[in-house]
Amino acid sequence: MRLPLWFFPGWRFRTLGLLGMNQRNGDYISRYNRRRFYPLVDDKLRTKKLAQAADIAVPKLYAQIETEQQIHELPEQLAAYQEFVIKPAHGSGGEGILIIKGRSSRGYRKLSGVLISIEELKHHVSNILSGMYSLGGQPDAALVEYRVDFDPVFDQVSYQGVPDIRTIVFQGIPVMSMLRLPTRQSDGKANLHQGAIGVGIDLATGLTTHGVWRNDTVDSHPDSGYAIQGLQIPHWERILYLAAACQELVSLGYIGVDMVLDAKLGPLMLEVNARPGLSIQLANKKGLLPRLKTVEKLAEIPTHPEQRVALARALFADER
Amino acid sequence: MPTRNRKLVHSGGLALKNLHVHILAVLLLLVSAGVVAYKVIELKLPLKPVQQSEVWLVEAKVVYKAVGGPAKIGLILPIKGERHAVLDENFVSGRYGLTVEDVQGQRIAQWALRRPKGEQTVYYRLQVTPEASKSKDVKSKPFSEPQNYPESWGTAITALLDEVRSKSADIKTFTHELLIRLNQTEVNDNIKLLKENIRTQQDWVQRIMLILKGARIACRQVNLLMLNDGMRHGQLTPWLEVYNGQRWLAFNPDTGTSGYPANALIWYYGNQPLLNVDGGRRGQVDFSVHRQSHGMTQLAQLRAEKNHEAVMAFSLFSLPVQTQNVYRILIMVPMGALLIVMLRNLVGFKTFGTFMPILIGMAFRETELLWGVFLFSVLVGFGLLIRFYLEYLRLLLVPRLAAVLIIVIILMTLLSLLTHKLGIDRGLSVALFPMVILAMTIERMSLVWEEHGPKEALQQYIGSMLVASLSFLLMTNLYLEHLLFVFPELMLALLALTLWLGRYTGYRLTELWRFRVLLRH
Repeated sequence: MRLPLWFFPGWRFRTLGLLGMNQRNGDYISRYNRRRFYPLVDDKLRTKKLAQAADIAVPKLYAQIETEQQIHELPEQLAAYQEFVIKPAHGSGGEGILIIKGRSSRGYRKLSGVLISIEELKHHVSNILSGMYSLGGQPDAALVEYRVDFDPVFDQVSYQGVPDIRTIVFQGIPVMSMLRLPTRQSDGKANLHQGAIGVGIDLATGLTTHGVWRNDTVDSHPDSGYAIQGLQIPHWERILYLAAACQELVSLGYIGVDMVLDAKLGPLMLEVNARPGLSIQLANKKGLLPRLKTVEKLAEIPTHPEQRVALARALFADER
Repeated sequence: MPTRNRKLVHSGGLALKNLHVHILAVLLLLVSAGVVAYKVIELKLPLKPVQQSEVWLVEAKVVYKAVGGPAKIGLILPIKGERHAVLDENFVSGRYGLTVEDVQGQRIAQWALRRPKGEQTVYYRLQVTPEASKSKDVKSKPFSEPQNYPESWGTAITALLDEVRSKSADIKTFTHELLIRLNQTEVNDNIKLLKENIRTQQDWVQRIMLILKGARIACRQVNLLMLNDGMRHGQLTPWLEVYNGQRWLAFNPDTGTSGYPANALIWYYGNQPLLNVDGGRRGQVDFSVHRQSHGMTQLAQLRAEKNHEAVMAFSLFSLPVQTQNVYRILIMVPMGALLIVMLRNLVGFKTFGTFMPILIGMAFRETELLWGVFLFSVLVGFGLLIRFYLEYLRLLLVPRLAAVLIIVIILMTLLSLLTHKLGIDRGLSVALFPMVILAMTIERMSLVWEEHGPKEALQQYIGSMLVASLSFLLMTNLYLEHLLFVFPELMLALLALTLWLGRYTGYRLTELWRFRVLLRH
């Protein structure tokens, strides 16, 4: 008796070239990412400073807080800014990020519109310092930075929050990208497991392909109803260039680069992830393995990011 | 175009690394399997935990009356390794000097004392256990010399032997037939003559041997101790063995049935006296027998130690009993660790903390599974409520953790008091929960609850409980515990499996579900 094919989903996934968690850890992260370079990406403050030195555009740093003492000076430091973002230097998965979009006499207004008092803000920073959002509860630092003024191109397809573009860069070559759109359910966060939509992007053109939301294929944004397919990502060439350039920045072979689009400043690099997730494959409906193997088989890899981007756009164009 | 080499790969090729892991794992497996096989086949360590075996404690009490002057007592000791394995033997000899000699294949204990007075007693103690006898090759083939009988006996024996010979095929049936005839209640004159002057059982066996020699059959007397539990003042029983050209066959001299009784311990061969007293009178040996029940494991261990097996020097049984009990628990942890590896990397379970479920599972040992899960859930539930209140108070991290820990202990105390008042003593065992683990579970769970919502938190909690329960069931499996305790080298096999799983790059079961969208077209 022949068993139906669905009986062997693992085998089906193999033929799709799907990268699993075990293989990502065993064959890619542990081989291409040297542990001693992890601190460069785990500490967002260091990543930011490295990026600034290498002329990679990042959101401007307003303040950094490393001790409880500094928390008291926070209100004066922030006096000049109407909008800002507070985030832990060692946070992961978008946790502990507080976005302030304005202020009133009674305090600061969060992205959701909820007011929080200065005391609550200080408590949040204190939590960050005590290591609440860092791996293993290590003492952490908080950074306050420019709040990105999002390019209106995504206004209709994102619910509040931060739409961002995640690109997997393997040995300096961008291999796969996705656009992450926050939804009401994800509470403005752009992580897929928190309920954001992942939209695949054709590397060659910068056009969005299809979306995945909560393990289902979607064509339109669940909150606004607008189509999410066929959107042209602005500054696509520049985005790929910045992503490719991040490889030299952190000396890691397998990274995920998160980028946002600012209305005036264009693409800004938010963070580099040394253990990027696997959902990007869902958004693109493609496995990463064939692309990773293609790069591994290359005899040589161009030194210049521009050349690497050109290579990526040629190698990994979606077939039409 | 300027290019660079792929310097980013900082470790060797995958194929090489995999090969390395495979070789290492196979080596570990081989070592482990080898030692286990040796222990099972050679040392006869049992694979199953419940087997019980009998151990007989035999005491030979030697009594004699001293007559003044130096005394020397010789006692024949049992032959080692026939039908029974000797686990232990010792002598209680008071002021006597003791030597054990080998005289013509017999072990003889020699006690000596210069001036014993009055009634004297020495003891010989022996611990034996039945063992399948190894059929030994007979080294020197025994033979029987032709006998010269007195006139009247000669004809009687010849007539008897001729009659028996006509009704038998070989030495075995011959002996059997002869013994039947000799033991008949109604006997003819010939046999009546041959049975004259028999006073003791030993005389009887010697007489049979005399007759057998007429047929040129080699035979010997065997002295048996019947192992009957609670026997006191026992004596050795003479038995008969004949040689059939290949091996010795045993016969009951009174019935002619072949073989030994099941409970017979062979003490020695031959017809010399068991006890030899120089400088004393009325020497006597009394045997008492007592049966002990031992776990097979201890038994094999004892036996192996007696034989000075090097492997056993590293046995966990050599530790003090208290430490042994600790190791009975510890040795199951690798099992739990392997389970966690499988559940996380093959299945894709999410739990709070990597090995926390093992610790919870170990705590369940004291509470039993259902009570354990119930009490743990009650504690975590209350802890979470209080933790949410603490969140409102805006405490710093470490003081908050400490507060949770203190509250956990208060809750545990209250729970124990309450259940005790209600008469549910199970509740008392809650004190054995690792409270730091409890506190950390509450803290992590509340964080997950806040950041990813109650659904995710409950999912991880159920995952943790499931893994903890599974690891509990695995770690308290008596059979596995026995295996790992008796064969600690199995841990190498567990290590080998873990190494293999460490190079597993296939999908996790949960990933098949997670990526199922990709299967639709």
